[in-house]
Amino acid sequence: MSLDKSEIQKIAWLARLAINKDDILSYCDELTDILDLMEGMNSVDTTNITPLAHPLEVFSRLRTDNITEVNQREHFQTDQSKTKNGYYIVPKVIE
Amino acid sequence: MYKSTLAELSVALESKKISSEELTQIYIERCKKYNDSLNCFITIIEEKALKKAKEADKKRASGTGGQFTGIPIAQKDIFCTDGIKTSCGSKMLDNFVAPYDATLVKRMNKAGFIMLGKTNMDEFAMGSSNETSFYGPVKNPWDTSRVPGGSSGGSASAVAARLCPAASGTDTGGSIRQPSSFCGITGLKPTYGRVSRYGMIAFASSLDQGGPMTQTAEDAALIMNVIAGFDHHDSTSAEEPIDDYTAKLNNSIKGLKIGLPKQYFDKNLDKNVAGLIEDGIKELEKLGAKCVDIELPHTELSIPAYYVVAPAECSSNLSRFDGVRFGHRCNEPENLSDLYCRSRQEGFGKEVKRRIMTGTYVLSAGYYDAYYLKAQKIRQIIRNDFQNAFKKVDIIAGPTTTGTAFKLNEKINDPVSMYLSDIYTVSANLAGLPAISIPSGFIEELPAGMQLIGNYFQESLLINVAHQFQKITDWHQKIPKSYE
Repeated sequence: MSLDKSEIQKIAWLARLAINKDDILSYCDELTDILDLMEGMNSVDTTNITPLAHPLEVFSRLRTDNITEVNQREHFQTDQSKTKNGYYIVPKVIE
Repeated sequence: MYKSTLAELSVALESKKISSEELTQIYIERCKKYNDSLNCFITIIEEKALKKAKEADKKRASGTGGQFTGIPIAQKDIFCTDGIKTSCGSKMLDNFVAPYDATLVKRMNKAGFIMLGKTNMDEFAMGSSNETSFYGPVKNPWDTSRVPGGSSGGSASAVAARLCPAASGTDTGGSIRQPSSFCGITGLKPTYGRVSRYGMIAFASSLDQGGPMTQTAEDAALIMNVIAGFDHHDSTSAEEPIDDYTAKLNNSIKGLKIGLPKQYFDKNLDKNVAGLIEDGIKELEKLGAKCVDIELPHTELSIPAYYVVAPAECSSNLSRFDGVRFGHRCNEPENLSDLYCRSRQEGFGKEVKRRIMTGTYVLSAGYYDAYYLKAQKIRQIIRNDFQNAFKKVDIIAGPTTTGTAFKLNEKINDPVSMYLSDIYTVSANLAGLPAISIPSGFIEELPAGMQLIGNYFQESLLINVAHQFQKITDWHQKIPKSYE
């Protein structure tokens, strides 16, 4: 399995990672090597095997609907370079 | 005094042989003296630690102190610490001061431990050599041209050089056990869910587990008594009752059945390390344990399965670092996408980006079944292999690592070769089992560890066997010459 430049660019976009043009080829090589390593999984037949997502049997715990967290906005927004009037500043989205 | 174990320090403080302030001062001096060469701390907490030490002395004087009041330790920089920088070894979090304590930290603080500093680590715990840290590589105190292992390399190096008597670590694919083996200390990865993950910055949520990195098995038991147990803040925390992990330390291991998996003594294993492990197993036999040959037939598949599951979960977990609310933000973003993409490009290092890319690929449309689902099925097979083995034996023994510590820069540019070196550790994470690495000898003055793997929630038994081993061996007492 080998990955080409356009696939690397597509994955980088899905991952919201900017990548330098100079790095694309090394990503192609490295990810191809890693995918080759993963090919090893195909040496075993896994038909009828239940996938294991988690080592322990987990279930969602229920709790009474009480307020357990208090608002700590000011505490969380001590980095003032990113905030204004209690909001986070980001580039304009709507013209 | 700096050579003492936690158990010894507790007695020394209680009998007033030394005050916490004096003890803390000794360790801080050592941290400052050796950190330039070892780079095992990202943050050293001098003022606050000494202040806490004085308070601890007052507590002990007034009779309100506990077993651990005033004992200095270090925390891996993956654990959130209220008011103290938590970087996770990344430029992304270089400016991050957590607004709360991780449960592990909270419990250790409450027990009276004093935090000397935050230890260096592979960036977001992704690495087996501690070379991926934004703060530079940690050095192995046994040979500073070599890696300490990773990702908890800072903790391992600091404990080995006795810059602190014990430290915390986390283990997603071997990150407690492998550096413990490379640095000649004792490292326990508990059962998945045994120690709360709350406030432990997530890498791969179904694999991550925090645990103690200590000089002795007895000290691992002491720390487990503090950190293990249910935490309602962690939705995957186990509700299983906890043991007194010191209670069975002195139990005889006569008749204990130890499984030796053929696949752990294969072509990957350095012959000299194999010899040490075989000698170590003979010591356990002298104590009355019986060895049984077993099979863990799918061990080879644990590497590809792990390197699908871990990056997949990492790519999802690390999507929270977008430059908006905390962490690194790029300068003058053109638009919102540019803010996300460039902040992440600048904030993450090479290996983290590689794993995010891998994880994103295996989870992307059209590839999920071939990679992620397949890996989860192999995970089931690996768990079944262990469960079949535990029908015949009480614990499993083998090497922790394929060799001793490798040279700095030896593997960093060859990710696949680095991944393959995790062959003996990742299975326990995939299955969620507890495992411990204990010092078992030296090859050309470099330590190597023996790994013991137990069934779910059998930490007490692992610690018991490790303690019995350490009663008849002295590998765990060795200190690198330059740090004596």
